[in-house]
Amino acid sequence: MNQLLFLVLAALTVLGALGVVLRTNPVHSALALVATLFLLSVLFVGLDAQLVAVLQIIVYAGAIVVLFLFVIMLLNLQTDVRVLGGGTLVAAALAGGLALAALLVAAVRGASPGPRGALPAGFGATVSLAHKLFTDYLLSFELTSILLLVAVVGAVALAQKKR
Amino acid sequence: MVDVAIVAAKALVVVLIVLLTMGHGVFFERKVSAIIQDRIGANRASIFGVAALGIINTLVADPLKFLLKEDIVPANVDRLLHFLAPVLSVLPLLVTFAVVPFGDVLVVGGRSIDLQAAELDVGVLYVLAMVAMAVYGVVLAGWASNNRWSLLGAVRGSAQMISYEIAMGLALIAVVLTYETLDLQTIVRAQGALLWGWLPAWGVLYQPLAFVVFMTAGIAESKRIPFDLPESESELVSGYFTEYSGAKHLMFMMSDFVEVVLVAALVTTLFFGGWQVPYLLRDGFHFPGGSTVPLPSLAVTGLQVLAFVLKLHCFTLLQIVIRWTLPRFRYDQLMRLGWQGLLPLSLANVVASAFVIVFLQRPAA
Repeated sequence: MNQLLFLVLAALTVLGALGVVLRTNPVHSALALVATLFLLSVLFVGLDAQLVAVLQIIVYAGAIVVLFLFVIMLLNLQTDVRVLGGGTLVAAALAGGLALAALLVAAVRGASPGPRGALPAGFGATVSLAHKLFTDYLLSFELTSILLLVAVVGAVALAQKKR
Repeated sequence: MVDVAIVAAKALVVVLIVLLTMGHGVFFERKVSAIIQDRIGANRASIFGVAALGIINTLVADPLKFLLKEDIVPANVDRLLHFLAPVLSVLPLLVTFAVVPFGDVLVVGGRSIDLQAAELDVGVLYVLAMVAMAVYGVVLAGWASNNRWSLLGAVRGSAQMISYEIAMGLALIAVVLTYETLDLQTIVRAQGALLWGWLPAWGVLYQPLAFVVFMTAGIAESKRIPFDLPESESELVSGYFTEYSGAKHLMFMMSDFVEVVLVAALVTTLFFGGWQVPYLLRDGFHFPGGSTVPLPSLAVTGLQVLAFVLKLHCFTLLQIVIRWTLPRFRYDQLMRLGWQGLLPLSLANVVASAFVIVFLQRPAA
């Protein structure tokens, strides 16, 4: 991926993420989240991971944030509902952010950012990803789907109770 | 540099095909509605007394009229989102056409150019992703307008679009199982084969149920009658785009019609052979009797693009006929059709297709 392109995209992504946190209007925040997810998916395309990029849009931007928007709209959250936390909340967020940054720096320092080697054939293609998923990671893959099924059953059970 | 120019030219051709089909579609809509309602219609738009030239009116004068109208932004709307919503509703649909192949290959000056604007390994998923993004336009238009009719229309519209996207996705899964690829161009090429030596192996023969489900879900996505509850003039004024005028209103109307053309393009590509002309191979016609008609490569490509455009027009016309034939659903009927009709049907279709492929087509390992 072109270095300049990456820097521009990364800067835009960070701007989007800041928008999620800093906008006071919840709908604007949700939209900033969509923009961030979209830019992340563009970054995935730059890493030759087209399938991951498209799945990112379908699952997160296309389904989950739409549900967020639904909740925001139907609960009629107005701008004044949201206040940017008290002193303790800001302090806790700062401490958490700093700890995460320290972790990231520690993790990246060990890695050598040399030129990228040649990719194995079929890298990022659907077939190779599916092959990995259904051989090496079969157990975790299937367990995740059971987890999602449990969540669906739980949601249905909760909705049924109210009748 | 040449590569960039080629991609730009391909994109331009795709956009021209879409806009032309859309313009013709609007003209068909007027004529078809007149025929179905047993009246004479659209006969004042003739130019120099030639009625057929009236099509210029729908292609040029209509959009121009919308562009020249005053753009009214009501007070107390969220200005940024009010402006963004129409863009977000039409843009994802237009870019979806990038993966729809409109021809095989064009051989020019030693280069062979794949006639598909974006050769994407994950074309089918890209279609689903972009169709899913179109929901935002509807939701934001309704919310930003600060109007109860708009909000009701937006909630109806987004619930409807999300519900029918699921059936649409499952119908696509059955197609992907059949062709074992996510690339639309490969799917179209596979449909060039012949069954028993004479019947073109178009997708509708393998996946008739997926075709019915996909077409129905697609019409629901376009939010036109019989699925026009998000707009329903008789109860919600104009639904989620009540507060829009001028060019922005045009963009919402356009997005519904682009969706019609998109559904026509996808149905053509997935189920009716895309650009395939029966018995036409890269070097000319090879009829089942054994007779052949050799053709230059340029003529073959031209015929293919023409076939694609013709099929596109046919399925646009079919959707217009459906739109003027059926009355509007009730909302509970709409939800029942989506969740209790199409969803189980498409699920059963996926399971049945997988069974056939694993147990009947594959030799036992």
